[in-house]
Amino acid sequence: MSTLPILSIIIFLPFLGVLLLSIINSSSENGARNLKQTALWVTCLNFSVSIILLINFDKSNPDFQFVEKYYWLSSGISYHLGIDGISILLIILTTFLMPFCILASFESIKTSLKEYLIAFLILETLMIGVFCSLDLVLFYLFFEGGLIPMFLIIGIWGGERRVYSTFKFFLYTLAGSVLMLLAIIAIYMKTGTTDITYLLNYDLEPSLQYIFWLAFFASFAVKVPMWPVHTWLPDAHVEAPTAGSVILAGVLLKMAGYGFIRFSLGMFPIASSYFAPFIFTLSIIAIIYASLVALVQKDMKKLIAYSSVAHMGFVTLGIFTFTLQGIEGAMIQMISHGIVSAALFLCVGVVYDRIHTREIDRYGGLVNRMPIYAFAFMVFIMGSIGLPGTSGFVGEFLVLMSLFSINTYFAVFATTGVVLAAAYSLWLYRKVIFGSLIKDDLQDIMDLTYREMIILFPLVFLTIFFGFYPQPLIDIMEPSTTQLISNITDDLTLVMPSTIERRVY
Amino acid sequence: MYYAIVFLPLLGFFIAGLFSFISRNKKIDTASQIITVVLVSIVAVLSAYVFFVHINDHSVTHIKLFDWIAVGTFVVSWSIYVDPVTRIMLVVISSVSALVHIYSIGYMSHDNSKPRFMAYLSLFTFAMLALVTADNFLQLFFGWEGVGLASYLLIGFWYNKPTANAASIKAFVVNRVGDFGLALGIFAIFYLFGTLDYAEVFQKSADLAAGKSDLSSSINFLGYEIGSLNLICFLLFIGAMGKSAQIFLHTWLPDAMEGPTPVSALIHAATMVTAGVFLVVRCSPMYDLTPDILSFITFIGATTAIFAASIGLVQNDIKRIIAYSTCSQLGYMFFAVGVGAYGAAMFHLFTHAFFKALLFLGAGSVIHAVNDEQDIRKMGGLSNYVPFTHMLMIVGTISLMGFPFTAGYYSKDAIIESAYLASSGFSSYAFIIGLLGVVMTSFYSWRLIFLTFNGPIRVNEKDIPNIHESPNVMLIPLIALAIGALFSGFFFKEFFIGSGAESFWGQSIALHHHDHHHIPFLIYYAPMILGFLGLLLAWYMYLKNKTLANNIAKLNEPLYQFLLNKWYFDELYDFIFVRPAKMIGNFFWKIFDGYIIDGFGPDGIAKTVLILSNRAKKIQTGYIYHYAFAILIGVSLFITYFIYRSF
Repeated sequence: MSTLPILSIIIFLPFLGVLLLSIINSSSENGARNLKQTALWVTCLNFSVSIILLINFDKSNPDFQFVEKYYWLSSGISYHLGIDGISILLIILTTFLMPFCILASFESIKTSLKEYLIAFLILETLMIGVFCSLDLVLFYLFFEGGLIPMFLIIGIWGGERRVYSTFKFFLYTLAGSVLMLLAIIAIYMKTGTTDITYLLNYDLEPSLQYIFWLAFFASFAVKVPMWPVHTWLPDAHVEAPTAGSVILAGVLLKMAGYGFIRFSLGMFPIASSYFAPFIFTLSIIAIIYASLVALVQKDMKKLIAYSSVAHMGFVTLGIFTFTLQGIEGAMIQMISHGIVSAALFLCVGVVYDRIHTREIDRYGGLVNRMPIYAFAFMVFIMGSIGLPGTSGFVGEFLVLMSLFSINTYFAVFATTGVVLAAAYSLWLYRKVIFGSLIKDDLQDIMDLTYREMIILFPLVFLTIFFGFYPQPLIDIMEPSTTQLISNITDDLTLVMPSTIERRVY
Repeated sequence: MYYAIVFLPLLGFFIAGLFSFISRNKKIDTASQIITVVLVSIVAVLSAYVFFVHINDHSVTHIKLFDWIAVGTFVVSWSIYVDPVTRIMLVVISSVSALVHIYSIGYMSHDNSKPRFMAYLSLFTFAMLALVTADNFLQLFFGWEGVGLASYLLIGFWYNKPTANAASIKAFVVNRVGDFGLALGIFAIFYLFGTLDYAEVFQKSADLAAGKSDLSSSINFLGYEIGSLNLICFLLFIGAMGKSAQIFLHTWLPDAMEGPTPVSALIHAATMVTAGVFLVVRCSPMYDLTPDILSFITFIGATTAIFAASIGLVQNDIKRIIAYSTCSQLGYMFFAVGVGAYGAAMFHLFTHAFFKALLFLGAGSVIHAVNDEQDIRKMGGLSNYVPFTHMLMIVGTISLMGFPFTAGYYSKDAIIESAYLASSGFSSYAFIIGLLGVVMTSFYSWRLIFLTFNGPIRVNEKDIPNIHESPNVMLIPLIALAIGALFSGFFFKEFFIGSGAESFWGQSIALHHHDHHHIPFLIYYAPMILGFLGLLLAWYMYLKNKTLANNIAKLNEPLYQFLLNKWYFDELYDFIFVRPAKMIGNFFWKIFDGYIIDGFGPDGIAKTVLILSNRAKKIQTGYIYHYAFAILIGVSLFITYFIYRSF
């Protein structure tokens, strides 16, 4: 396998699918069906390739594996791919969620189906590219390129206020990433290369680190999103079609978390340590603020979107604790959120397809006619609350525990988010699922179809499985995370030994 | 064997849970009931067997299943850890659970979703067993929140009732407030000790207190330097307060009575609410090193005991009276813990489980008989219609009031005597309140009995012919519990608090020796005398001179309203927590997100760009002379600049 460029295959396989889709005659009798089947099989195939990748992945090796490097723009800028224990998990999350997205769109998308599917497959290529890139320019291309298909998905197949939302989404993210582009150019001018493996071991002087860190931060903070640049997310989620929301919550937000780990921590450790209290403050505001806002939402998707902001707050908290438990907790939280919030959006999609409203007040008493749906929804709500035994708990717990060892103020405030999460999640569940079934248009609502069960039940399984046994995830990322932390610690001790008071377990 | 004890209820949950999705039919219902009842009964038998086999040898069984989370040096596993404390809990949980499972066959016979109910009961039993068999704080936390989930599901079991839904959410969220403290306590434990395993933590905390360890003796918590062990014990106790419904975090328990009555008996009387007591007793090696926190526990426990009892005096809902009684009895257990009488606390937990479950299931039998009426003002004179239930309820009541030689007599006396003998902080406060509480307990229990079973019948005329005694499937569990309520004290007192205590407990709790023989005669008999006093008062006010109760209420209207409205805790919390949270949420959402962030951010910038470009547009007039004029000005400015610079 070592000779096969497996990463390139994973990245460009969906793109091949695009070519295939574009030659299918969509106006013919079975056109729509053929399009759906093709897209579905391509994404499934890609998922199986990523499983092959996982099988061949050497868990004990902390370095980049499956490396491919080809001459591209100049000697400093190359087509350089490789993955380690941190990125492989996110790649698998991406390839895993894609078939569900395609499947979830089977009934709900009526217009321009071909273009819709093409947009999704291109998006997959770009997202995987982000996690494989070992070159800043390449990374930037994939990272920013992802905006375009997402922009189209929301803007064309979205809800009523889709144009406003897309522009907000686009402007916010672009504004952030322009600064990152400037920083990448500056890094190239300074070092003569944009190769990430080189830069990870390059000791940049602190003054430059601060500037570059802020530039990268601008881009990632918008994408995570952190308070106060989060306002695009609720709007984007509300207007996006179900599958768009799933990818947005499931993968796109994780690109920023990944960016923080790989770049902010890896390349600018001194600046990261300097700015950590700043990140903690913003994250905690995000957790409490977003939870309180979620408490008063009237729109299901908006509620889940705000809860995403709160959950991602735990991710940024964990990353900047610089502890093994904190960073791995953040990773687990990302994967868990990728499963749980994606599933919650799918759940909203299920009833939206039937009643065509996201307004919480229009529902109530669904359990009377949809017990299976109620069960699946319950599992995801518990995952979102972070009940022990669901994947949501493991990440949150590890993050908060490491935060406590750094600063009790932060830990206490962040932990209040756990109480608020219970309040808004259970309130949503009660309003939608419990109560008597009295609304007229709900009287003959049907329970999950087989297609919907195929979508939701794997996610139910994973939510619970990782809650009881997150060890597979931990085993994969532990060597790489350990190495990352020891690199950071080395850098920090070199530059300012006096400030190292953190307890790294 | 221990595998079976822990996992059979889980199996029952899966089977009954699957059945609940299959379309309704009688066979499925019966099958789910039989399967869960059999599985839990096996667990009960095994637990009892284990308990009796090891009653004298305090042996410890420790099974590690597999790692749960292992990151770096942080390792916790799923485990089964059984010592004397666990064995007591196993007996209590599994026996009450089995009886409640059986009782539910009768009680829920008219319900449409029996498999779901049985599944939840089994899920609860599993989570509770996982809680008590943990060997580390994280698995404890799993069980802790797991029983919270089961409690949430069961309180809201009748999901068409809005009050039930509200109560279930309240229970979950208030418990989460407690869990917030518990979680912080667990973080602090890991921060200080670097592990969450009980054995290691207790060992290291003993070393720390003895000054034999290099761990820091204080932690900076929110700017204050607090003794490490004090901080940890305090935070853990916050969790215990939430789960065991102690004052300030008690508000969910009375509302939890919205759930079906078997649930109240199992979860909100016998097992889950005692988890807080279990936690403190489990950590007694650590708590014993923190006298300040023990004083605090004494204070909270005693205050809850009197506070809840005072509310219980005037309530009219049969289940709520018993709920407040539970709250009050938990207070007794806590102040027992607070004065260092861990054995007495566990003993009361043990006996309380029997007589309180008996009272609840008896109340359920009454409610069942009178067509789901719960207001005791609308009952009365039922003794002729439901004689068995009447008798069994009296058994529960005499045990609760501490009638000589019943179970409650031994355990409550032990607690009050311990408070008398102790010299720790607040112990005299606890002693006095303990005695006062006995009068109140006896009074409200007998008030319940007299109003329900004696006097004239106040049930609706048309419902009277339908009043019926419950079926045997409900009465037999009651009889079993009644036996426990009568005799469990007499038989086990030597092991829990008597001469056999040392060989019974071993190292599992911190044991103290009090000499119970040097108690003055009056103190020794005081609880009994006061109990009879309460009985007499209730008899006089509700059977002899029936206008007296109303007159007293009228004379002390403000006090009566204060008690009837449960000290206005719900209103207070609504005012200081619930409404502000919503207001702040709305403010953040509409004003801060809407006007400030978006107003100055994306929307504002977009608007400004539009305005600027409109202005810029105006400059593009299209007239040559305008442009020529602009060029001229520009050129002259340049020339001026260069001339100026050349000087």
